Amino acid sequence: MKPILEVQHISKKFRINHEQQPYLSLRDSFSGIFKPKTVTEDFWALNDVNFDVQQGDTLGIIGKNGAGKSTLLKILSKITPPTSGKIIGRGRIASLLEVGTGFHPELSGRENVFMNGSILGMRRSEILKNFDEIVNFSGVEKFIDTPLKHYSSGMQLRLAFAVAAFLENEILIIDEVLAVGDAEFQKKCMGKMEDVSKSGKTILFVSHNLVALSSLCKNSVLLEGGRVKMYDKTFNVIPNYVKHDNLVSNTSGLKLDFKFENNKSWEINTYLEVIVDWNEYSKITMDSSIDIACYTFDGIKIFAFQTEKINDFDINLAANKRLKLKINNPGLVNKTIFFDFGLRNKGTGAYFLLLQKCFVITPGSLLLPNYTRDDVIIVPNLKFEYL
Amino acid sequence: MEFEIKSQSKLSVGLKELWEYRELFYFFTWRDIKVKYKQTVLGFLWAILQPLFMTLVFTVFVGDSIVSKTNLVIPYPVFALSGMLLWGIFSGGMSNAANSMVSNSNIIKKIYFPRLIIPISAILVALIDFFIATIIFIFLLFFYKVDINYSAVFFLPLSLFITCMSAMGVGTFLAALNIKYRDVRYIIPFLVQALLFLTPVLYPVNISNNIFAQFILKLNPISGALELMRGLFVGYSVNYETVWISLGVSILFFITGVLYFRKTEIYFADLV
Repeated sequence: MKPILEVQHISKKFRINHEQQPYLSLRDSFSGIFKPKTVTEDFWALNDVNFDVQQGDTLGIIGKNGAGKSTLLKILSKITPPTSGKIIGRGRIASLLEVGTGFHPELSGRENVFMNGSILGMRRSEILKNFDEIVNFSGVEKFIDTPLKHYSSGMQLRLAFAVAAFLENEILIIDEVLAVGDAEFQKKCMGKMEDVSKSGKTILFVSHNLVALSSLCKNSVLLEGGRVKMYDKTFNVIPNYVKHDNLVSNTSGLKLDFKFENNKSWEINTYLEVIVDWNEYSKITMDSSIDIACYTFDGIKIFAFQTEKINDFDINLAANKRLKLKINNPGLVNKTIFFDFGLRNKGTGAYFLLLQKCFVITPGSLLLPNYTRDDVIIVPNLKFEYL
Repeated sequence: MEFEIKSQSKLSVGLKELWEYRELFYFFTWRDIKVKYKQTVLGFLWAILQPLFMTLVFTVFVGDSIVSKTNLVIPYPVFALSGMLLWGIFSGGMSNAANSMVSNSNIIKKIYFPRLIIPISAILVALIDFFIATIIFIFLLFFYKVDINYSAVFFLPLSLFITCMSAMGVGTFLAALNIKYRDVRYIIPFLVQALLFLTPVLYPVNISNNIFAQFILKLNPISGALELMRGLFVGYSVNYETVWISLGVSILFFITGVLYFRKTEIYFADLV
């Protein structure tokens, strides 16, 4: 089957004007005839981007600010044209670069549902069909005939998301819209998004929320400097993205290494090895404790390891130079987890070195159908030894 | 449904796509009408008060002298109001359309739909105002006991067509220009005011024998639309030559404006 979206050699150039004019005026155009031209510089927001999306896939788009994510979405949504290259799509496309586009404060909630829905490309009949569900989902039934200007901002966002949640297009492009409302509503949104992705729709999802990304998207594209750096399973892509951001390079001689037993990934019942080497690092003394902690991406601690807590072990910290910690995977799959590494003074309790999120991984490549993160977290079997 | 996104597509009005999105015309027009009269005490009365007031001022101050100079056969208030109503479609529609892209920039930057829908809806709003105001106008006709040439009613759609085409042509052109050059925003009110006096709205065409003035009045597409409208009144002889010229000019305006708009629209989101 042909892919539902083919992105072929897409590039987008912006011209940066170094005179920094917010917009042109006729006077400037005329006077420009007599003045030397202002210095302009070409900036390639996207540079030869290629990837295919299969029908029914939920593709995450990851990248730092300025990596070209928004530009890519704008091109996909036909808001701005590419400078070169082309995209072939097979299906009705809807883009949610913002929730509540076209909302007007003077119109009532009901009227705004119709306005917003039709701007997003819904037919009137589709809106009518889903109207009760939309209102129900948003939870603003009581105020549906009140002008939007009297809504709280949370209510506006909820109504806006509710409209978007009932789009019936085959391809959905979603930019950071999940960050709306309170925790409860966010959970509801995530649930709805998962339902939508399971219904066979193709979703392109941009977010900095890696928890949401890793639970929604099977595959992800990592953009860097306007190019595709990686296109792979999300759990392979996220570590590449986060590592780049968080690894402290200057630890003056301390070496930290994470290895898999089978060299590929952390499968169930295999070991992850954390190797700490302080051969060229003098700050670890008898008063130090090496701490390693492992968290799920939403901050739930899975386990922690402190040399201080292990009698006879930390006494030898000064005498040894290398430590290996082996962690058995007790059944962690598909959810991204990260490691913090810290060196602490036992006396004061203060960390003199703390590497947060120094290693990120989504363990297990097997997709277990009924596994959710709410399952009991099993404390893994830890082994450690000096090398 | 397969689609392709490329750097530059070929130039066309894009009727097929406009038809696909036809419901948006309704929603944009409906929104603008709704918002326009929300939280106003007089509501829809505003659609008639402005032309009525202008008519009143002109009737009191210059009405008599215009009638005596040009041998006008119909009561001046009726003549002036008929002109002001039709002029309202052009001036209101054109200036709404010209500002529409900038005022809807938040939507343009976030979502795609055929951009032409926005300025066209702006003109539909002016057209609806016209129909509301027409109700009052009919009362005025009864009040002055003006004889109506009923066969001329069939030409009214053509009159509206010429007016709308002109408003769309100028409006879309200025809307596209406004995105790039915000100077347009300041030109519009001045343009509307100047054009009012370059159009036989408040005076008949034969007010001046100056060849230059006659030339401008002839080329002005609204002249023909006004001729057709005033053909309604028994005793007013319609100059059909003006009508044909106006029809041609309005179509020319329309094509120029819309094509310029279509040519530049793909970069609107980058510039606005």
